[in-house]
Amino acid sequence: MASVAFDPAPAPAPARAERSTLGVGRLTLAHLWVAIAAFAVACVLGVWQMWARSPLEAPAHSAANYFRAVTFHGVSMAYVLTTFFIMGFGYFVAETALKRPLPAGRLAWAAFWLALAGVLMAALSILSGSASVLYTFYPPMTATVWFYIGLVLVVIGSWIWSGIMIAAMMGWKRAHPGEAVPLAMFGTVANAVMWLWTTLGVATELLFQVIPAALGWVDTIDVGLSRTLFSWTLHAIVYFWLFPSYIAFYTLAPRAAGGRLYSDTMGRLTFILFLLYSLPVGLHHLFMDPEHSTGFKFIQMVLTALVSVPTLLTIFTIAASLEIAGRMRGGTGLFGWIRALPWDRPMVLATGLAFVMLFFGGGGGLINMSYGMNAMVHNTSWVTAHFHLIFGGTVVIMYFAIAYAIWPTLTGRVFASARPLRLQLWLWFIGMMVMTLPWHYTGLQGQWRRVAAFDYSDPMIAAWGPWVLLSLAGGVILLVSALLFVWNLFTLHRARAPRGVATFDYAAAVHPPGRIPRALNGFAMWNVFVAILMAAAYGYPIAQFFIDPPPQAVVHRTVAG
Amino acid sequence: MHGATEKKILKAELRWAALVAIIVFVIMGAIVFAAVSMHINPPSNREYIDPQTLHLSGEFTEGNLGTRTGPDGQVTTRIITTQFAFLPQCVVVPADTPVTLRFASPDVIHGILVTGTNVNTMVVPGYVSQVHTVFRRTGDLLMPCHEYCGLGHSQMLATVRVVPPDQFRPGPDGRALCG
Repeated sequence: MASVAFDPAPAPAPARAERSTLGVGRLTLAHLWVAIAAFAVACVLGVWQMWARSPLEAPAHSAANYFRAVTFHGVSMAYVLTTFFIMGFGYFVAETALKRPLPAGRLAWAAFWLALAGVLMAALSILSGSASVLYTFYPPMTATVWFYIGLVLVVIGSWIWSGIMIAAMMGWKRAHPGEAVPLAMFGTVANAVMWLWTTLGVATELLFQVIPAALGWVDTIDVGLSRTLFSWTLHAIVYFWLFPSYIAFYTLAPRAAGGRLYSDTMGRLTFILFLLYSLPVGLHHLFMDPEHSTGFKFIQMVLTALVSVPTLLTIFTIAASLEIAGRMRGGTGLFGWIRALPWDRPMVLATGLAFVMLFFGGGGGLINMSYGMNAMVHNTSWVTAHFHLIFGGTVVIMYFAIAYAIWPTLTGRVFASARPLRLQLWLWFIGMMVMTLPWHYTGLQGQWRRVAAFDYSDPMIAAWGPWVLLSLAGGVILLVSALLFVWNLFTLHRARAPRGVATFDYAAAVHPPGRIPRALNGFAMWNVFVAILMAAAYGYPIAQFFIDPPPQAVVHRTVAG
Repeated sequence: MHGATEKKILKAELRWAALVAIIVFVIMGAIVFAAVSMHINPPSNREYIDPQTLHLSGEFTEGNLGTRTGPDGQVTTRIITTQFAFLPQCVVVPADTPVTLRFASPDVIHGILVTGTNVNTMVVPGYVSQVHTVFRRTGDLLMPCHEYCGLGHSQMLATVRVVPPDQFRPGPDGRALCG
């Protein structure tokens, strides 16, 4: 039980407690520490980038350094923090939810070292200044080929992870015929299956377009096609990042609050809807592009609206689950149960704060996806604010809460006090709000993205100055919170931390699933639906580049050689 | 737990699902209404132009850039976005008049917006990007490149000078220039 770790007076530990009885303990810790290291460096760079764009003079400020930093920030946050966190947490869930050893443990370690080698390759490419193309690549510009090969290795590592997750679930099902797969694992495998679909787009772009261009094998590139292939990946990848947070909402938060999950079925349905609707919607990232007709943009806009459904269902189910907990703790009245919730527990606090950020971030997202209205905000700070609220806010604060929940199990030690944990979560929430709310405003004023500096001698840009400084203050608060997070986890690796019994349990549902329909217990049928949806949404938009090939762009190498 | 609570849960869930359906339906309705009756659509334009030769002949040659009033009175502004400048750096357009903006890139991906308006499009090499608009406010508006296009990206900034219709005076060849 997650909250055991935060009991102010932990139960007396066995005289010689094992460090960790978990088979995947070291594997999970290795993944999560890589994720956290990338996250911490990216936070430092993020603050410096905001400083550079503010009216204040930043040290070492040059365009070359700025875009190096932006690339490092984006790659670290979007590819390294996420992929390694999800892989590590996935291994943890596979063992603790299925209550059996992970299959192919050696293969998992091989995937880890492969992905880590890829990370180092990409990181060195960026630091040397040979890969300042941001994490979204922007062909026909090309970086050093090592940058792309490094990222491909990370993806291959994550494919191996996906295979292991699927194999773990299938093995469990063979041993438990007819039983419902535990919800946490069902969500993890939904994510693994979705990720295999998701990466098809970017893998095709890199292997068939960008890497041949970077190697000098081709001199021209079809940019419309590469943008379309990247868009295939670009939205579903956000749900890949989001999945652990939703798994925590459904399977950790209700128990941490002292209640039960309102509906196990709703959780399964949510995970399946994510699998279905996060993929055929990527064209909404290309609303402002010339190469796609308004018809397909419209179709994918409709599908994008449908992806709000699983989130709206989740808000209901989790709010209902928390209400059960609040009422069990004596809360009464229409809203009294909210006050009765144990907000002192990090998982509960993080869930509440995540929902607030989801409200703002999701609201902004509904505006972004609104077909015509997108022109108002496309490539302005509004969009930066939106995805920092969703990813940096909702997703990452739940990563914090998950880490706090599983670290005692991983290390066999418990937090002496939950106070620094709560402080860290509050700082993150406040920092994120202070940083992103001004960005929404300046974005509506037309402040554009991805520039190394603003010319504050222009009266219009000068008017943004105070807002930019305010958001910089938010960034500093975020950095303090990030460092405190690292410190909090580090304390459990010190011998002086109190030892504790490290069992781990997931939330039970009000009605635990007995026998459930096969459709809610696996993904075979849903894969067919994904294939149909993707063929409908992306079939012609991709085929058009071959039916009527547009003129190609000349490759622009950003590095010599 | 009893079957009764299970039924209650199902009922509550269905009520909420209905509310979700209504929310999505209303949002979609507003978007369809804006698209159909107010013609608010994203700037799609599958019109090809070869980035390697666009400066050699046709509408994006140097002498044809900037704002031009056609024989039918249609105002069209043509701009090349390139690493790391706009050609021309300043364009003049009349207020309260339908204007068509056309962009092309000879090199990499760019993107533009005009501050204070809903003019926004990506400029993808291989295509002519096109935006139809009516500028309502007069004055100098900023038109930056909003998509990363290389280390000089931050310097890519142009001016859209919106003048009252009576001060918009194209020359005998139909061209209007800044200043």
